[in-house]
Amino acid sequence: MADQISALEIKDITKQFPGVLANDKVSLNLKKGEIHALLGENGAGKTTLMNMVYGLYHPDHGQIFVNGQEAHIKEPTDAINLGIGMVHQHFMLIPVFTVAENIVLGNETIKGLQLDRRAASQRIRELSQQFGLEIDPNAMTGELPVGVQQRVEIIKALYRHCNVLILDEPTAVLTPQEADDLFRIMRELTQRGVSIIFISHKLKEVLAIADRITVLRGGRVVGETTPQTSDEHSLAAMMVGREVLLTVEKEKAQPKEVVLHVEGLRVKDKREHEAVAGVMLEVRAGEVLGIAGVQGNGQTELVEALTGLTHSFGGKMILAGQDVTNATPRRLVDAGIAHVPEDRHQFGMIKSYPIADNMILNTYHQEPYARRRTMNNKAIEEHAKRLVAQYDVRTPSVYTKGEALSGGNQQKMVVAREFSRPIKLLIAAQPTRGLDVGSIEFIHKRIIEQRDAGAAVLLVSAELDEVMSVSDRIAVMYRGKIIATVEAKTATREQLGLLMAGITPEQVAQK
Amino acid sequence: MAKATVVIPPSAPKPNRFSGLGQKILVPILAVFTALVIGGLIILISGGNPLEAYRGLIEGAFGTTKAISETFIWATPYIFAGLAVAIAFKGGLFNIGAEGQLALGALAAAWLGYGLPRMLDTTIPAIIHVPLVVIGGALAGGLWGAIPGWLKARTGAHEVINTIMMNYIALGLVSFLLNGPMKDPSPTNVIARTPSIAETAHIGTIFANPALRVHWGTLLALIVAFLIWWLLWKTTVGFEIRTVGTSSGAARYAGINVGRTIVLTMFLSGGLAGLAGAVEVAGLNYRHELSFALGYGFDAIAIALLGRTHPFGVVLASILFGAMRSGATRMQFLTQIPVDIISVVQALILLFVAADEIIRYVYRIRAPKEEVIMTRGWGG
Ligand SMILES: Nc1ncnc2c1ncn2[C@@H]1O[C@H](COP(=O)(O)OP(=O)(O)OP(=O)(O)O)[C@@H](O)[C@H]1O
Ligand SMILES: [Mg+2]
Repeated sequence: MADQISALEIKDITKQFPGVLANDKVSLNLKKGEIHALLGENGAGKTTLMNMVYGLYHPDHGQIFVNGQEAHIKEPTDAINLGIGMVHQHFMLIPVFTVAENIVLGNETIKGLQLDRRAASQRIRELSQQFGLEIDPNAMTGELPVGVQQRVEIIKALYRHCNVLILDEPTAVLTPQEADDLFRIMRELTQRGVSIIFISHKLKEVLAIADRITVLRGGRVVGETTPQTSDEHSLAAMMVGREVLLTVEKEKAQPKEVVLHVEGLRVKDKREHEAVAGVMLEVRAGEVLGIAGVQGNGQTELVEALTGLTHSFGGKMILAGQDVTNATPRRLVDAGIAHVPEDRHQFGMIKSYPIADNMILNTYHQEPYARRRTMNNKAIEEHAKRLVAQYDVRTPSVYTKGEALSGGNQQKMVVAREFSRPIKLLIAAQPTRGLDVGSIEFIHKRIIEQRDAGAAVLLVSAELDEVMSVSDRIAVMYRGKIIATVEAKTATREQLGLLMAGITPEQVAQK
Repeated sequence: MAKATVVIPPSAPKPNRFSGLGQKILVPILAVFTALVIGGLIILISGGNPLEAYRGLIEGAFGTTKAISETFIWATPYIFAGLAVAIAFKGGLFNIGAEGQLALGALAAAWLGYGLPRMLDTTIPAIIHVPLVVIGGALAGGLWGAIPGWLKARTGAHEVINTIMMNYIALGLVSFLLNGPMKDPSPTNVIARTPSIAETAHIGTIFANPALRVHWGTLLALIVAFLIWWLLWKTTVGFEIRTVGTSSGAARYAGINVGRTIVLTMFLSGGLAGLAGAVEVAGLNYRHELSFALGYGFDAIAIALLGRTHPFGVVLASILFGAMRSGATRMQFLTQIPVDIISVVQALILLFVAADEIIRYVYRIRAPKEEVIMTRGWGG
């Protein structure tokens, strides 16, 4: 890192959106071969800043220098030609293309009129060997796990000879195992001279991997630091501007009657495999049951079946004494289920709808939002205004479209909607994915509030820390089954880790 | 949480040159303009005078009260049919079948107009007969449209293919009936057409002056456009249609019965197309004839796109298309330029609104996408 010239220098960049000053004279300096973490609250302007470096947005003021030369980046092709690659908060791959096709897309090695697949595959293999990025160029992209899809995005950037790589919340959707793989790859890359900007809300990760850290708040740089001179608490305070509780404060649970009773539930996944293979569980009013497990062990399908989005083909679901097996989402919502879906873009919100409409997405038919099929705009607006204030959704107005919100604020919008009506059962899947520490603290408090108000809560999360600190009991899901249920108070990370790998205490005892 | 919402200072520059409504109608306006310029060039190359031609066109469309009346006569079926295609678009469906739905609507209306009184052997009072004819035509189109909707909801079969198929069936059926069982039996008739409908089934003209043929059906079209707007944006049904049209996943999550909504949307769409046919029969032609209304259903696609699938946009686009149709004859009369040039201009308009990238490129308008859509969270 002795090199004096920066790989990328951002100078006094300002970007104004309608009603929001997203970046206000932001400067940032990325040295050659370093991992530079960009931290900040939801809506602080991280993605916006990176989108400008990548040519997706254009700054109102300010300059960008690449290798010491001022760069005028009008569109992503310019950025790519300057050696800048970006892996977005949400991937931009085409699911029905093979890995190789996705990687060469827009950068085709043409031989005659045909795509030269052979040469492309060859080059991809070379890259994957060189950087230890295992990948099968001929695999169908849509069928790969998220972690591998992300690898495809990284190779795509490398394929175009990038030496600055921007990773926007790459670990939000990864399992801890996949995240470790990613960190190994990142270190490998920096050793070969690639410089990386790394955006994340997970402070532990940032402290573990970054060389330097820049913190944004409200569109401004509020400070620069290094992992050596900071810790989780100081980073959180810097981001949010106040002390943040990193643990959840709660009273002992007072479980009452059984609200959700699931017996022998069996669900198939999209490829017709049995993903949920006879799940048995019970959640009582006033308690939080957490479901831990490595992603892909049937949690997604379980939640979809419990919320009416998929059909189960065996077993029973009983809600407050009523059989609601395979009931429609409408019936379940009316019966008092709230659902924070894992994939907010597929189910939880409509990007082109204003916030106000998103806030009534599944209750639009109820009073006071509609009366005799006529929508009551006044009531809808007031409802949205109240929730926006209560949940601190950062937006200029309730008529702003959902897609104009930052990732974390979209999540807050969904959570606000689901937490704001009287409910018997709350099913929350990855409720804090993509949220900043302050918002996580806030949402955890609200979950506990729901519990204390007498709701039964089913929490599904890939974050072991989250499951352990919010839940009262923890069920571990492995290969479509609940293989053990333990008290959260006495559970240890090691014990849960073993269970998540499918190793039960009996097996341990046998060995 | 610390409140850090950044509020725009009053002096801050406007973020985009064209925002809001401006941005929305800019592309259609430039598309029309560009199409007219290219049309003018074609006229020039073929030895005509484009300015003369367009003057004739405008004169023919708006020059006299009679001209204006004719423009609205043309615009009326365009409005209904354009709304038909637009509402389907809003529901995420591409209804290419408006042509067939319209023909069946016209045929049903014609039969209710001439056949029903004969069958009942009585005259039906106008106050009942007119609504009967109009609603009957709408129902016929609606049911015809609902079939591909049902097929889609049930089996996932794509509505584009099925509405095209249904067009062939409908047009074949109409042709058969007009040449056979429903053919006007008067000895002098050689045309594939129905007998005239009873006078009790006529939609009246608005003005006493017989030169002004514009009828109450035109007013009905404007009222229906308003009702469709109201339905789409002010009712739960409209919320359901739009939600299904945007994201079927979110629609299911919202508790909407996606299949039923698709069928309903296609029923409404077909019904509007049927209404176009019925109003032509009851308000203008007083019968149905094979050569009437050929192509309305396809022009409707251009109109819906030009109107940005918004009911009010559809009304404006329909008046424009109506004006071009009604002014074209006058243009040909004045300048000897064939009316077909208007079809060329209309086709160019369709091209430019459908491929608006071209217009954005030529006029350097940044896609709104760039400013609005790109911020996303992961997970989508
Ligand atoms: N296309 C857009 N139109 C209008 N406002 C926008 C747009 N994109 C972003 N914003 C606003 O700019 C601000 C910064 O958003 P940005 O997406 O950069 O945040 P972020 O730091 O990436 O947050 P997160 O951690 O939640 O992803 C937000 O207030 C957001 O609402
Ligand atoms: Mg972001």
